[in-house]
Amino acid sequence: MAEILVLVDHVEGTPKKASYELLTLARSLGEPSAVVLGKGASAAAEKVGAYGAEKIYVSEAEELSAYLVAPKASVLAQLVADKSPAAVLIPSNAEGKEIAARLAVKTGSGLLTDAVGITPEFVAEQQIFGGAVAVQAKVATGTPIITVRPNSTAPSEQAGAGTVEQVTATFTDADKAARVVDSVVEAKGGRPDLGEASIVVSGGRGMGNAENFSIVEALADSLGAAVGASRAATDAGWYPHQNQVGQTGRTVSPQLYVAVGISGAIQHRAGMQTSKTIVAINKDPEAPIFELADFGLVGDLFTVVPQLTEEITKRKG
Amino acid sequence: MNIVVLVKQVPDTWAERKLNADDKTLDRASVDVVMNEIDEYAVEEALKIKEAGEGEVTILTMGPERAIETIRKALSMGADKAVHLVDDALKGSDAVQTSYAIAKVLETLEYDLLICGSEATDSRMAIMAALLSERTGKPQLSGARKVTVEGGNVKIERQTDNGYDVVEAATPAIVSVVEKINEPRYPSFKGIMAAKSKPLTTLTIADAGIDAAQVGLAAAPSQVVEFANKPPRQAGQIVKDEGDGGSKVAEYLASQKIV
Repeated sequence: MAEILVLVDHVEGTPKKASYELLTLARSLGEPSAVVLGKGASAAAEKVGAYGAEKIYVSEAEELSAYLVAPKASVLAQLVADKSPAAVLIPSNAEGKEIAARLAVKTGSGLLTDAVGITPEFVAEQQIFGGAVAVQAKVATGTPIITVRPNSTAPSEQAGAGTVEQVTATFTDADKAARVVDSVVEAKGGRPDLGEASIVVSGGRGMGNAENFSIVEALADSLGAAVGASRAATDAGWYPHQNQVGQTGRTVSPQLYVAVGISGAIQHRAGMQTSKTIVAINKDPEAPIFELADFGLVGDLFTVVPQLTEEITKRKG
Repeated sequence: MNIVVLVKQVPDTWAERKLNADDKTLDRASVDVVMNEIDEYAVEEALKIKEAGEGEVTILTMGPERAIETIRKALSMGADKAVHLVDDALKGSDAVQTSYAIAKVLETLEYDLLICGSEATDSRMAIMAALLSERTGKPQLSGARKVTVEGGNVKIERQTDNGYDVVEAATPAIVSVVEKINEPRYPSFKGIMAAKSKPLTTLTIADAGIDAAQVGLAAAPSQVVEFANKPPRQAGQIVKDEGDGGSKVAEYLASQKIV
């Protein structure tokens, strides 16, 4: 079977859920080989065999964490040259897409981003224009390099050989041009990542101020959800910009999306309308968000949401 | 400090965006077009850096004839001059090919910084800074919510999922910005009038030394096989709060086996 390279996204040794999804998807295309790079790679490597990785290529070279993006693309390019894989799959987040872009140039290959599915012939499905158009696309030149959105495949375990191979990477001066000098964590911990959460609760203009976002956070915590915000809310400074869902923010596609006090302008819809189930809570019955909600509640969020949170907490007992 | 700002003309997000049925490329003809919104922030950042020191801001666009409207807007905001790469042979080029063509034009320009928006609202790939960095060998400082230029160094705050990374490099460098970075100015009447007489260089692919065999739809390394317009989402059940709205929502979630 053809070898499929899967770049594992991990945080200091803990793989993200999207990495397990990608390995699961890769099993339907060929024989997955995990590529685990950077600080904590060896620890992450121990966890990916359970999802079907036959080989695991590991490098903890210091450059991979010290410089932005470019060194990771270099290691992947070396692996593509050595192993001639049938395809390279990379998680579709900001860094993943940039690694894929550099790899495409380095290897003279075509690139498809934001796939939500891949056929055995390496035809990728993409949803464009905020989910209004479904596109089937393929790579016509070189090795297919495809980035895949989180929540596109349900991860399932299947033991793989998990043979670890240390990769000796060499880096050019250009790889070491953009130095990461500091990493600052601003968000409160404990909530799932917005991009890969299976439930997202978002607040909008209706929240009124930053303090009221605690109502949205309480609901999110009762559901084990990530917290999002509309552009109106982030522009007003009520919630951090990195939590913005929409055309100029993050695109999410969770199992459940709860829109609280969000009118549903096209700017917002473009980032969430491929969610499986959409619930909207808004006091304005004319709000456009109700046009795409599977369940809409017309009411005051300040009484409805706390009641909902209490009810969910009770049911989860 | 001389700055090149890469801008893209895109279909208005508020318009109905389509692909052409015949060649499966973006329909740019039948829709309202605007400057890619995040590119306005890129122009603004370039103007702020220039105003804090000296130098010139050059707008660079690849796109059809009508992209001139977007160039004029950037010039009316205060950019000094513009370069427009326009050639029928470029039609249907994908992002990887586009980066090749733009990199060829960049060879003819002198700059300390290239600034672009982090992503375009039509393709949403968010990779042009990375592609151009790879092509030119100049450092990639992408996803910036803050840019600081000091001497021959540029430092950014790169937005991450839970905060930011501080990334620095020597100039010349390639920077992409997110919308959090500033508040773009509106063109003044004076700016709009002045834009009409600012220098504009129009380049064909031959002028820029771009190999015709490497651009355009037929040579594209990624190709659309087919596409289908999806039916819009249907509205579901709408319930008015009668004092038990929260419980109603919980019941719905339970009926969907979500809780």
